[in-house]
Amino acid sequence: MAFASDAPKDGFRLSMLIYDTRYRSYTIQIVVLVLFAMAVAWLLNNTAQNLAARGKEFNFDFLWQRAGYDIGQQLIPYSNDDTHFRALLVGLVNTLVVAFWGCVFATILGVIIGVLRLSNNWLIGRLMTVYVEVFRNVPLLLWILLSYVILSETTPQPRDFRVTDEMIAAGEEPKASMILFDTVAVTNRGTNIPAPLFDRSLGSIQIGFLPVSLNLLAFIAVIIASVWANRRLLAHAKAVQEATGDRPVTWWKSLLILFGPVIALKFALGLHLEIPELKGFNFQGGILVAHSFTALLIALSLYTAAFIAEIVRAGILAISRGQTEAAFALGLRPNRTMSLIILPQALRVIIPPLISQYLNLTKNTSLGIAVSYLDLRGTLGGITLNQTGRELECMLLMMLIYLSISLIISALMNLYNRTVQLKAR
Amino acid sequence: MKKSVFFGAFAATALVSGMALAGTLDDVKARGELICGSNTGLTGFGAPDASGNWTGFDVDLCRAIAAVVLGDATKVKFLPTTGETRFTALQSGEVDVLVRNSTWTYSRDTELALDFVAVNYYDGQGFMVKKDLGVSSAKELDGATVCIQTGTTTELNLADFFKQNNISYQPVTVQDDSEAQRQYLAGACDAYTTDASGLAASRATMPDAENHIILPEIISKEPLGPVVRHGDSQWADVVRWTYYALLIAEEKGITSANVNEVAASSTDEEVKRLLGVSGDMGAKLGIGNDAFKNAIAAVGNYGEIFARNIGEGTTINLARGLNALWTQGGLQYAPPFR
Repeated sequence: MAFASDAPKDGFRLSMLIYDTRYRSYTIQIVVLVLFAMAVAWLLNNTAQNLAARGKEFNFDFLWQRAGYDIGQQLIPYSNDDTHFRALLVGLVNTLVVAFWGCVFATILGVIIGVLRLSNNWLIGRLMTVYVEVFRNVPLLLWILLSYVILSETTPQPRDFRVTDEMIAAGEEPKASMILFDTVAVTNRGTNIPAPLFDRSLGSIQIGFLPVSLNLLAFIAVIIASVWANRRLLAHAKAVQEATGDRPVTWWKSLLILFGPVIALKFALGLHLEIPELKGFNFQGGILVAHSFTALLIALSLYTAAFIAEIVRAGILAISRGQTEAAFALGLRPNRTMSLIILPQALRVIIPPLISQYLNLTKNTSLGIAVSYLDLRGTLGGITLNQTGRELECMLLMMLIYLSISLIISALMNLYNRTVQLKAR
Repeated sequence: MKKSVFFGAFAATALVSGMALAGTLDDVKARGELICGSNTGLTGFGAPDASGNWTGFDVDLCRAIAAVVLGDATKVKFLPTTGETRFTALQSGEVDVLVRNSTWTYSRDTELALDFVAVNYYDGQGFMVKKDLGVSSAKELDGATVCIQTGTTTELNLADFFKQNNISYQPVTVQDDSEAQRQYLAGACDAYTTDASGLAASRATMPDAENHIILPEIISKEPLGPVVRHGDSQWADVVRWTYYALLIAEEKGITSANVNEVAASSTDEEVKRLLGVSGDMGAKLGIGNDAFKNAIAAVGNYGEIFARNIGEGTTINLARGLNALWTQGGLQYAPPFR
């Protein structure tokens, strides 16, 4: 309280709000807060006024009206009689599918390239440098367009696959043929791959809006059970070996446990592949993977992999050289050193920036509009917005959904990050 | 200092947004230029030519409106809009009028709060396919891949048509006409569907136009016309009557070549009112008395505009059909000018 005697006695004056360092920061914060609140209020008021002036009201009822349009790629059942909300879900699923596989492929590719870029092999190291620099320095949109154009312009039209009687008589071959033992057809529209069919299907159950195939669940359950049984078998064998010094022969039992139930289930359900067949204008049967999806996935994976490679490289370089030397001293081979010693430690550095790459990739899926990929942007933010004229509602809803997806990915990755973080004990 | 700039910007924005809500006619006059929402490029209807001048059937209507309001058909700024952006551009006041093959529908009239003031082209949706596809009817298109412009009524008609006929298709949604053409020509889709007039216009620009046919089915009614914002009746009247003036001019045989001569010599009272020789019809609409005469002198009557841009003999080669005058068995009919 020694200072108190030096302070002016006449108490608080208004000018102290600006000149007194004790109050100044409060003054500034309050002014900024008021300005911010005014800006928000003005924006809201302006929006409300303009909506009123145009005779538009703000509500989301349109989501329950009939959509009336068709969507090329639908992973959940949808027809043009369904609602706009259903179309939104179809778009959302399309977004999530491409985002999920994009993250998977980008991670795999990114880790490989990041590690190879540190290779002692001069050529491999330089090649990976070229890859990284080329992919991350050209806009993603161009990569998407490029891969789409390559896929759709270099592949044959469906009718090039046709074999007519005259051609057989003349001994001519069709201009194009299916690949992989005549099961996969790549046309300029998409890739037709075989679809699994069940003669005695278990049907599907509805979880929320998503129908889940019981057949798929059955296969997953059987595989998990087999793997678990196999591990029990191996554990038992190990126990016997430790007890008696004699390891029982297990390989044929393992084979039987791993493959027997799956094969039995296959025959029980009557699983067979439906091979796509050229009928009329297009291949019918099987599953059509449109080039818009493939192109988007390829471009997103390659582009994001370049960034992930850099993150991985930085993570590896962050681990001190002594760790490698210690591992070598213990007699570990270089690839074992990398997978057992370096990468697990590097993960701590890699995960946080990796999260933001996943978020980037997810948000970048909206560029699919350039190749007519009907994701969330294409359905809700494209056709629905247009046909209903609800720009504000659609945009806000779309932003909210992207925000939610990003926050969920972020939360999940943070959970994972916690498991690999250095534990302070 | 900073703060005053900030508030100044606020005030300016508020002022501008307030001004946009005033009468469009006054806005256009004050600006000295009409901003017309047009196609991004559809030959014959609205597209810039090699030297950058906009020409076409819809473009000429914009020019006529400019001639009526400003007395000069060249004072138009064309703002290209896609199927997706067009109505937003109009609603937000970015364009004064939208003349861009837009179909008049109930929900656009009501829900989108727009006013379709006239129908300058009666159209219907058709399909174009390559000749060697061996298809002669749209009902044979079962399983086909169809290119379709997004944000259009054709998108919905297509779904309805295939459902009604119990056949399936694979849609490829594209942003605009040029992208649709690229995909169609590359063979990424078997058929391209849009308004029949648009198909004819697209075909005209293709290097091998004779290898493509437009299928006979017309699966919908597509009345295309100029659109204005809801709630500005005066401006709607200006656009509507500019269009009717062009129709009446054709009906009365007034062309860009003889308009001055007719104005001087005609004894037909309706013609005299239209050309501003008698009465004060222009003043009732807030425009000059000779406004319609200017428009006819600048772009010609409806028949001339049609023949010059899309009629028989042009590369688009469309017959008048439904768009003939009512006196010749068509649907184009203007209310009396009195």
